[in-house]
Amino acid sequence: MSSTQFFAFVGVALVCIAMHSLIARAHLLRKILAINIMSSGVFLFLVALAWREQTDLPPDPICHAMVLTGIVVAVSATAFALGLLIKFNTLTGATQLNDAQQ
Amino acid sequence: MSITELDATDLAPLLVLAPILGAAVALIFRRMATTVSLLTTALSALLVVALSCVISQNGAANIVAGGWPKAFAISLYVDGLTLLMLAITGIVGFFVALYAKDYFSKTPNETFWSVYLLLLAAINALALSRDIFNIYVTLECLGLASVALVVSEQNEKTLSSALRYLMAALVGSMLYLFGVAFLYHNYGTLNIDLLSNAITHGPVTYTAMALMVSGLMIKAAIFPLHFWLPAAHSSAPAPVSAILSALVVKASAYLIIRLWLDLFSPLSVPMFAELLSLIGMVAIIWGSIQALLQTRLKLLIAYSTVAQLGYLMQGFVLASETAWQGVIYIALSHALAKSAMFLAAGNIRHYSGDDRIGNLNEVIRKLPITMTAFAIASMSIMGLPPSSGFIGKWLLLEAALTEGRIFQAVVMAIGGILASAYIFKVIGHAFTPGETAQSQQRVTPIMSWTTMALALLSILAGFSANELLALFSVAMNFPGAA
Repeated sequence: MSSTQFFAFVGVALVCIAMHSLIARAHLLRKILAINIMSSGVFLFLVALAWREQTDLPPDPICHAMVLTGIVVAVSATAFALGLLIKFNTLTGATQLNDAQQ
Repeated sequence: MSITELDATDLAPLLVLAPILGAAVALIFRRMATTVSLLTTALSALLVVALSCVISQNGAANIVAGGWPKAFAISLYVDGLTLLMLAITGIVGFFVALYAKDYFSKTPNETFWSVYLLLLAAINALALSRDIFNIYVTLECLGLASVALVVSEQNEKTLSSALRYLMAALVGSMLYLFGVAFLYHNYGTLNIDLLSNAITHGPVTYTAMALMVSGLMIKAAIFPLHFWLPAAHSSAPAPVSAILSALVVKASAYLIIRLWLDLFSPLSVPMFAELLSLIGMVAIIWGSIQALLQTRLKLLIAYSTVAQLGYLMQGFVLASETAWQGVIYIALSHALAKSAMFLAAGNIRHYSGDDRIGNLNEVIRKLPITMTAFAIASMSIMGLPPSSGFIGKWLLLEAALTEGRIFQAVVMAIGGILASAYIFKVIGHAFTPGETAQSQQRVTPIMSWTTMALALLSILAGFSANELLALFSVAMNFPGAA
């Protein structure tokens, strides 16, 4: 297995782990972290694929640009989610979403 | 300068730029925020009209920004389907802004207007974008702006539904980006035109398709991924519910249709189309039954959205021009009618402080215009002639019967009957006697008449079906029957 494939598989594995904990864990902070890890997995996958094997070409800069943009988006989304969670927690004292309340 | 001298290259970028600038101005000069926002939404609506004139004369427009080679450039593209999305955004965005001016007059919200304008900019950018990665960025902007609007009134209900909504939206866009990574690695471009030339059968394409479409299905609240929608759409303030139901879920549904028509349908994967259509049929029945069971007006309208989105999924398997025209018309009529219904529900709640369907007979008498608007908009949702909803459902039924898909036709017909059932559950209260409720907050004439205007437009759109269908089919390549 080449290192490109290895890192791509690690990226996919991270997405799967994150998906599991997003569904299985009830605590909102864990869910937000899970989404964060999921994006890291996707970014790792993209960066791994940027490497062009068996050529002298440098790694693909478009992938890097995409990951940079993605990181900016992920950071803002996480900050927003954490802000909402803090407000939710101060108002209700809860750290989980109640499935019955809709 | 006459309209014929204008070029799509001038107009299309303005549709994104104007709301973003408006949002910045509204954020800095907060006293002028309302005025600036109303002017910006009016300007956007006018720009869409001008762009429609240009496109209907000159055909589809491809705009490449910045002079980069096409594979990397930020390219914008306008065809009939884009115009449909831009048009409903322009119209609904303007009327809802007018409504929101009065709705929030007692409880001013500092950032509502700039977020509202950013949301409109994101939808316009999403509709215009011709690059699958830029689409990801616009999807995220749209998701964050929508969630921020849900919490423009902060209480336990809005915060919990906003968190649920935000997480669903983030997972949806991550799955989409994952699919983009597969496509880019395999084909080396992000441009939809170049991709559609290069795309071939194969496991990578199928994986990308499954990831992108399922990500978008979460965001478009297509059954069974609609779990976040009823809470978010019903707890938000009325103008926000209207925008979310009319535009935001439709933007993701638009992307599924766009990607399907431009990228995936030439591959012809019948099983996938069958699956989408089956999911849509379950959504029609499930959403309608859930709507029928609700005791609160806004939840009823929210579940009705789940059902109506099911109709949009029926084009994939029918795949004829008639079917896609039906889908276009349902999208148009649902945007106008559903926003009118949510605004009407907002008026009722504003007046009585409550939206329990059982208490409606106390309110209805006091809000004749609102109630009439609700009834008119309902005609579109039920699919009664001469409304635009009728045209859409008729075209879809015709397409289904022509291809001998009796089961699909029957499901769509049952959906119409169930829609009448849940609508009459609401309207029936207009004819039963009851105590007159005490007014909590005044419903201003603007709030009543903007509701009425959207409802009337949903009917009027049924009268000019040929012209509108011609406009919204410009340069569309509807694949023949599979």
